[in-house]
Amino acid sequence: MQQRRDLNQVHTNKVLLNGQLNVPKWWAPTVALLGIMVLIGFTAIGIMVNKGLGVTGLSRPVYWGLFITTFVFWVGISHAGIMISAILRLTQAEWRRPVTRAAELLTVFSLLTALFFPLMHAGRPWRIIYYIIPYDFSRGIYPNIRSPLIWDPVAISTYLTGSTLFLYVALIPDLGNLRDRTTGWKNALYTILALGWRGNPRQWQMQTIGGILLSALMLPIFVSVHSIVSWDFAIIPSVEGWHSTIFAPYFVIGAVHSGVSAVVTMMALMRWLWKWDDFIRPEHFDALARLLIVVATAWLGFTFLELIFAVYGLDAPELALREMQIFHWPWNLLFIIFLFTGYIIPVGMWLFKSVRSNIALMFWSSILVNIGMWLERYLIIVPGLARKQPFVFTWEAYRPSGLEWLILVWSFAWVTFLMLLFSRFFPLVPLFEQKESQVFTDDVKIGRAKVPAIIREID
Amino acid sequence: MAKQSLIGLFEKADSAADAMDGFNNGGYELGSFDVLTGTPYPEGAFGEHVPQHRLFRFPAFGAIVGFTLAVFLTAGTQIAYPLVTGGKPILSIFAMLIIMYEMTMLAGVIATVVGIIFESRLPNLAPGVYDKRITEGLIGVVVTVDNDSKVKDAQKILEKAGAIEVKHS
Repeated sequence: MQQRRDLNQVHTNKVLLNGQLNVPKWWAPTVALLGIMVLIGFTAIGIMVNKGLGVTGLSRPVYWGLFITTFVFWVGISHAGIMISAILRLTQAEWRRPVTRAAELLTVFSLLTALFFPLMHAGRPWRIIYYIIPYDFSRGIYPNIRSPLIWDPVAISTYLTGSTLFLYVALIPDLGNLRDRTTGWKNALYTILALGWRGNPRQWQMQTIGGILLSALMLPIFVSVHSIVSWDFAIIPSVEGWHSTIFAPYFVIGAVHSGVSAVVTMMALMRWLWKWDDFIRPEHFDALARLLIVVATAWLGFTFLELIFAVYGLDAPELALREMQIFHWPWNLLFIIFLFTGYIIPVGMWLFKSVRSNIALMFWSSILVNIGMWLERYLIIVPGLARKQPFVFTWEAYRPSGLEWLILVWSFAWVTFLMLLFSRFFPLVPLFEQKESQVFTDDVKIGRAKVPAIIREID
Repeated sequence: MAKQSLIGLFEKADSAADAMDGFNNGGYELGSFDVLTGTPYPEGAFGEHVPQHRLFRFPAFGAIVGFTLAVFLTAGTQIAYPLVTGGKPILSIFAMLIIMYEMTMLAGVIATVVGIIFESRLPNLAPGVYDKRITEGLIGVVVTVDNDSKVKDAQKILEKAGAIEVKHS
């Protein structure tokens, strides 16, 4: 069945720029509500910085709790952008067009949010500058580059800078479009940001080649970032369950699973909120769900490999940890929720075409995945530390404080707040890509069937 | 007479291509006329000159710069404060490689973006004659001429090709 409709460029502009040219009624109250939540969150962060980490549930031996779990979660979500945008751009997949910008945006804002967590977790955030810039010249002390705590900021700042630039470059033609549709201060803003874009063949050629080149450069960075995040754990031999060689690919595939699911959530919201039914169509959800089935199953393979390695090695402390994770209260409940929400329920649903094409079901199943994926990180980080270690004189279960939960909620409000703010000034769907699709696609008749034929330039 | 620019607006790609052919055949200098669109068209759709570029040199240059800086940063900081931890060598190659890799890629990406902007001839502070309807689907053919007779000739070419409107700068 053909879902694509022939739309002219005036209509495309009118519909896809409705967030910038006409403010939807729901926008201001939603942003105000999120703004209040963000303020409450920042107040909570301020209290914690002022009082110290004592206001959290972190205590010996569980020094890494909700903050680091949420840090890994948001870094994972950030993998959606490059996964979708770069791979689909490189393979010239036609269905990428409405997805790429929102996915890249999710990368940037989730990475920005992720960066807050190690800063807060440090207790004295200003001291973290030392890890990034070797400022203590007087004593000649520099960051230890052999530590993953240095690799992490280097990798994440590379990814954040690259993703932001990637986003901006692909935004330039649409900024030119907004410049042409606005007046007053907005016109002045878009004129500056569009850099004098005109849309001649040279500029379009650079957009096309540059997009592919940047995709090719960003892909290895995306793999390296979550690998390095995984090494924060994997190179620590003293914590059972962390010291594992499969962590890098396991984290990367898990990140793709949660990130692509987050893109599905966001696409459903974009379709509902801005009424972009002609652009974000059931066929896009169907394609993403098919991709997710493969990614989720690969991720499940790694989850079981992790357990199999423990059983195969017959290392008594690690076996005890796995037993605790799977059979002991309350970890057993969390483990079951994680398994059902992370894989069994959503993938079971996605096996049916009727679900893959149903936007509401896709929305809720993608939310389930991210509940499961957040729990996965929690189950990796906390039980390993909470279990009694040899020669450790204190141990106890970790109970996150109310303040930590508040900051977790803040992170979701913050990402949504930033996305909505962005949507007020910049289009969430690349207009020029949509229009290109109309130019490059034509219906051809084969027998009695009418099918879309897409022009693809090889060089 | 000062240079003057004209823009002809077309609804169809074929008509815009006819105008481009008219300028090509009419002895107009390469680079004095161009086509403006609101979306990418297949290369050569308007019979335009395919622009040459050096974009691929930028990431290579950036990567070399990034790698060099990374070597200095990783080796320099460790040699400056040679603290032995766990009996490991001061210059720990594998740990250094991680930072070198990231910095190489970062500089490669930054240089590529600089390259895209530079090769797109942006920022363009004097964009010249333009029409806002280009981003609504019309195709603009722009020509710059330096004498009155050429202005009339260019206008004739644009109108003959089927321009719905011709504007002067």
